[in-house]
Amino acid sequence: MERTLSALVNDRPGVLARIAGLFSRRGYNIASITVGVAEHPGFSRMTIVSAGDDATASQMVAQLLKLVDVIDVEDITREPVVRRELALIKVQTDKVTRPEISHILEPFRVSIVDVGHTSITVEVTGDTQKVDALLALLEPYGVLQIARTGVTALLRAAARESQPGVRIAEGL
Amino acid sequence: MQSQAQIAVESVLEIPPETSSRAVGASLAVNTGADLLCSLLLQAGVEVIFGYPGGAVLPIYDALFHAPLRHILTRHEQGAIHAAQGYARVTGRPGIVLATSGPGATNLVTGLADAFMDSTPLVVITGQVVRHLIGSDAFQEADIVGITMPITKHNYQIRDIAELPQVVADAFYLACSGRPGPVLIDMPKDVSAGPAVPAHLPLPGPRGYRLPSVPEPLAIARIRAVIAAAKRPLLYIGGGIISAGATELLREFARRCRIPVTTTLMGLGVYPEDDELFVGMLGMHGKYAANHAITDCDVLIALGVRFDDRVTGKLERFSPHSVKIHVDVDGAEINKNVPVHYPLVADVRDVLAALNADPPQPDTEQWRARIAGFEAEWPLQFKAEAEFLKPQAVIELLAQATGGTAVVTTDVGQHQMWAALFYPYSRPRQWVTSGGLGTMGFGFPAAMGAQVALPDATVICVTGDGSLQMNIQELQTVVENGLPVKVAIINNGFLGMVRQWQQFFHGKRYAQSKIGSPDFVRVAEAFGALGLRATTPSEAAAVIEQALAHPGPVFMDFVVREEENVFPMVPAGKGNDEMTLEWEEV
Repeated sequence: MERTLSALVNDRPGVLARIAGLFSRRGYNIASITVGVAEHPGFSRMTIVSAGDDATASQMVAQLLKLVDVIDVEDITREPVVRRELALIKVQTDKVTRPEISHILEPFRVSIVDVGHTSITVEVTGDTQKVDALLALLEPYGVLQIARTGVTALLRAAARESQPGVRIAEGL
Repeated sequence: MQSQAQIAVESVLEIPPETSSRAVGASLAVNTGADLLCSLLLQAGVEVIFGYPGGAVLPIYDALFHAPLRHILTRHEQGAIHAAQGYARVTGRPGIVLATSGPGATNLVTGLADAFMDSTPLVVITGQVVRHLIGSDAFQEADIVGITMPITKHNYQIRDIAELPQVVADAFYLACSGRPGPVLIDMPKDVSAGPAVPAHLPLPGPRGYRLPSVPEPLAIARIRAVIAAAKRPLLYIGGGIISAGATELLREFARRCRIPVTTTLMGLGVYPEDDELFVGMLGMHGKYAANHAITDCDVLIALGVRFDDRVTGKLERFSPHSVKIHVDVDGAEINKNVPVHYPLVADVRDVLAALNADPPQPDTEQWRARIAGFEAEWPLQFKAEAEFLKPQAVIELLAQATGGTAVVTTDVGQHQMWAALFYPYSRPRQWVTSGGLGTMGFGFPAAMGAQVALPDATVICVTGDGSLQMNIQELQTVVENGLPVKVAIINNGFLGMVRQWQQFFHGKRYAQSKIGSPDFVRVAEAFGALGLRATTPSEAAAVIEQALAHPGPVFMDFVVREEENVFPMVPAGKGNDEMTLEWEEV
């Protein structure tokens, strides 16, 4: 099954390489990985989407925790989380199709971020299903290019206290 | 977490109080980064460095010229790192390696991988090209930090000399604490040649590094209850007991609970061979009784082990009836290969100490009688011959001549298994072998490093004619440094284990396993060492006696039966109870 891991790591050169290397060496697939600065300087938060059964997922967590630069990891697959992905989609358009596409885009609450004579670029944010659904609808018009960020996620307020990042405040 | 990591470096490194190196290091004149490195190494209690100079480490060697640090110049960087491993394995203290950038660094890769697999503490320093040339494919540039990421516990590149004191402190702490392992520090040449100011070795505190906490009483109570109710309990112990310094606690536990003990290859020496509870080594070439005991036990107490494939055999047949308890300091070893019922991530010392406070008392009398029955069915054996030398006989003669007290190092293959099976180990850190990685060429330089650490000990390298030739150049190092290493060459003219597999599984097609050797006696003499040869048991006894009496290094060339095989053998893909005990031609 699909797994979402949230990791708090030291913001140091090579950390991404260590994590990517660990996944490839142990034979774990990376569907997507997002990295950005965390709430305190010197830390990054990574969201890794992978696949595996429960045993594989707990091995992933244990192996990640062994890396010195990894402060904390949590398998948030079954947790209440906010899960978002951003995609930029460039679609072929002409005078005939442009109004049709606008209709399709409406319920998705996307932004049109670039308009050309033969194409438009839309920005969509949401969970993976939403992005996939929009893509499927735009496919018949000719999708020229796609850039997706991959999923990033955070535990919801209702989730338990062991949320990655909490420990920064404890003076790590 | 921070407070846990902030343990004084002396206690982690077990720096003897009488050593003055800390004070000397702190008072060393520091002008350059290299001076600072030497000062910090001294403050960390370092006495010996195994290394090889080159362009990118010239500033460090320049600093070493004056620093009170002993340096052993090997003949190959691989020899240096295996020597450091030998030093670390017999002392428990980190082995220190110094090599230059590019090829010097890449020659360390095998040793790093070996040390990582066998949890050996090393602090390895490599030179790197000057900072502004990094990434330009400069002369002797290699991305050693990238290359060694998956085979080190952690690694660093020093971009700013101000980072060095904390990095050195953290490197020693990481190498020695928890599950030990190799740590690499890459030093660009302009950093080591550049200016630096003196610094005290700070407290270690690598952010993000965690050690397990003391186990909960409830977890201990559960384990105790499971063991107390066992009818056929078995202790399955490994190198983790040695790393943790838990040998005495383990022996006490086994004796007070009357639980039989089997060890992995890496755990040899933890439990004395002559003790009635000792069942012997288990696994692919384990003892008959040990492999049957692990198959039949009802509670398996796995301490400081990692359920390696050479131990488990076919997983579906591995100890199929047992409730499994697994204690390890490395959380990633839990449920990695074999699912267990009672996992406990902890320092095995803490667990054994807690259990010994009120040891469970299972009734093991019938079970021990059953294991004795296994032992009687097929005790360890070989067919000795009066006129021809058998490899097993060589090991037995070495054991007799040394009273079973020598430090034994090995390479990898048949000789390694015979040395594991036929030499009676009685103390931890007596046995130094390449277990996980299976590195040919390990044994001889490891013996050299062991002898550097223990100048008065009898150190025997049991090796093969193939393995010895992989790092035979270190004979020059051994001779130059007056290290009286005794090398016992089990010379069968073959890469014996490869040949054994070809005989059993590849229709006796001995592809590239017949290997020629130089005249080892004359090789020894050419290097200025003593060379001796034996072809019969009586000659072998005389050669061993002469070698042990000789004050310097010796090559003992034991010309043995070519096609002798190691038994028992669990063929790949078979269960531990499906051992082959002799080979029958089909």
